[in-house]
Amino acid sequence: MATKHSRASARIMISPAVILLLGWMLIPLSMTLYFSFLRYNLLMPGMEEFTGLTNYKYFLTDPAFFAALTNTILLVCGVLLVTVIGGVFLALLLDQPFFGQGIVRILVIAPFFVMPTVSALVWKNMFMNPVNGLFAHLFKFFGLEPFDFLAQAPLASIIGIVSWQWLPFATLILLTAFQSLDQEQLEASEMDGAPWIKRFWFIMLPHLSRAITVVILIQTIFLLSVFAEILVTTNGGPGTASTNLTYLIYMQSLLQFDVGGGSAGGVVAIILANIVAIFLMRMIGKNLDA
Amino acid sequence: MGRITLDKVSKAFGDVEVIPPLDLTIEDGEFVVFVGPSGCGKSTLLRLIAGLEDVSGGEIRINGQDATQTPPAKRGLAMVFQSYALYPHMSVRKNIAFPMRMAGMPKDEQDRRIEAAAKALNLTDYLDRRPGQLSGGQRQRVAIGRAIVREPDAFLFDEPLSNLDAALRVGMRLEISELHKRLTTTMVYVTHDQVEAMTMADKIVVLQAGRIEQVGSPMELYRSPRNVFVAGFIGSPKMNLLTGPEADKHSATTIGIRPEHIAISSDAGAWKGTVGVSEHLGSDTFFHVTVEGFHDPLTVRASGEVALYYGDTIYLTPDLAHLHRFDAQGLRIA
Repeated sequence: MATKHSRASARIMISPAVILLLGWMLIPLSMTLYFSFLRYNLLMPGMEEFTGLTNYKYFLTDPAFFAALTNTILLVCGVLLVTVIGGVFLALLLDQPFFGQGIVRILVIAPFFVMPTVSALVWKNMFMNPVNGLFAHLFKFFGLEPFDFLAQAPLASIIGIVSWQWLPFATLILLTAFQSLDQEQLEASEMDGAPWIKRFWFIMLPHLSRAITVVILIQTIFLLSVFAEILVTTNGGPGTASTNLTYLIYMQSLLQFDVGGGSAGGVVAIILANIVAIFLMRMIGKNLDA
Repeated sequence: MGRITLDKVSKAFGDVEVIPPLDLTIEDGEFVVFVGPSGCGKSTLLRLIAGLEDVSGGEIRINGQDATQTPPAKRGLAMVFQSYALYPHMSVRKNIAFPMRMAGMPKDEQDRRIEAAAKALNLTDYLDRRPGQLSGGQRQRVAIGRAIVREPDAFLFDEPLSNLDAALRVGMRLEISELHKRLTTTMVYVTHDQVEAMTMADKIVVLQAGRIEQVGSPMELYRSPRNVFVAGFIGSPKMNLLTGPEADKHSATTIGIRPEHIAISSDAGAWKGTVGVSEHLGSDTFFHVTVEGFHDPLTVRASGEVALYYGDTIYLTPDLAHLHRFDAQGLRIA
């Protein structure tokens, strides 16, 4: 369609944005790469020297690395599972006509507007606290021993907190998908003799597949880098029970002042994230083709 | 067997009664067309028969049995929707198989019926495509295929041709009529297009505001419309309806004369008028003629080519044998 002339000018006009974005990405990336090959400790400024792959060796052989890797995968998968299944269910409910629909919909979206640190602190202090938390009171009301969520099930608790934050996002996207479902298709399947559960399975879920793909892709990107929720609740502990890769890198570079080791961890995290991205696109990205 | 009886069936949405109590019998094997202007309740009536809407009162009997409370799938009816309502993520084969799969029919019987339906509807080459890869007419045929394989007692069509272009519509009209002759199954067809009604129906039901205005064969409706509404609705172009002194001459409140029942002449006749716009269809020419003292211009049919042009004087003579007379209530005077 476009002429040669208009294509050339389009390229020129879009180039500032592309160059800015490219620089934005490339400069930190190359600095991280550079630091990862240096012995660079903040406690010994001016003593940086090239050490080759030593930083990588230490990071990858650190037992905390594998714990962090497992925790990251568990965290991402756990939250995805809860938000997708819960999101489908909530969207299904919110799609029904009922009194006060508008207000309920806004309330459901609300957790998404609460910033991660705040929501994690609210959960930690108001719900999960073994002495003053609402859950502790609830347990005591039924005559049970209060459960110290963050000490006894730290990763599961964090999965819960993060799921609570991301459920509105999944619900919102899936709700719009439900709303775009052609009612005549549902009526046709009803005439064809499909009971509700089969209509859900054969008509609604396939219709949602594209929206679910979007939810999974976007959430994975953000869930790989969950940090604030861990920092304000468990600090990665007890031990490494709730340390994910992001938190491990933070510990390495800012708690142990080892910028070189932290950078090596960062590079490893980038590589792992790309592997995950490739897998995801292979597995479910085809749903995005019309 | 596919005999559908509506006994005092009514439907109200909240306080708004869209269909006042109504009686209708659809005989086995009949092709019945519900026709009326938009919003007259014809689609609602079809959905009541299908069971997609609950009746507010009255009884629906299918083959003599009360089906008022029967869920849609158990009524033995198949429906073709205006938007085709194909399942976009399934191939044509799976779409057609869906009702049989839901009924738990054996696989080989399913395949046999799919092959037969595909052959009858020229879909054999498209069985493995998705609906998105088909043209409008092909999608329509898939929707019909999905209805056929259930071997229903009756087919329900909800404005199935309104999403097709004009040429395809004429083709599909013939195909559906052909299908009815071959299957001899009851068909109930909803449309707002009176041409479809006239060409396809054994029996036309003309609806207005949820009321049945007249039921009859296409020619009955054409020859003796029961009231002014039916007279104006059936026939293309519309019947000329005149009120005032001209109607008084025939001792009626309204008289109607179809464009094809007015003779034209360039020198003498009952009415003198001026030719307005003329529409040339080749075989026919329709003149819009302004006659002194008449409120609306008359539409007049002339066969072939007639050398009359815009602004010419024309004389018209109605054929009194085909003059329709209506009283003050709009009802036909025999």
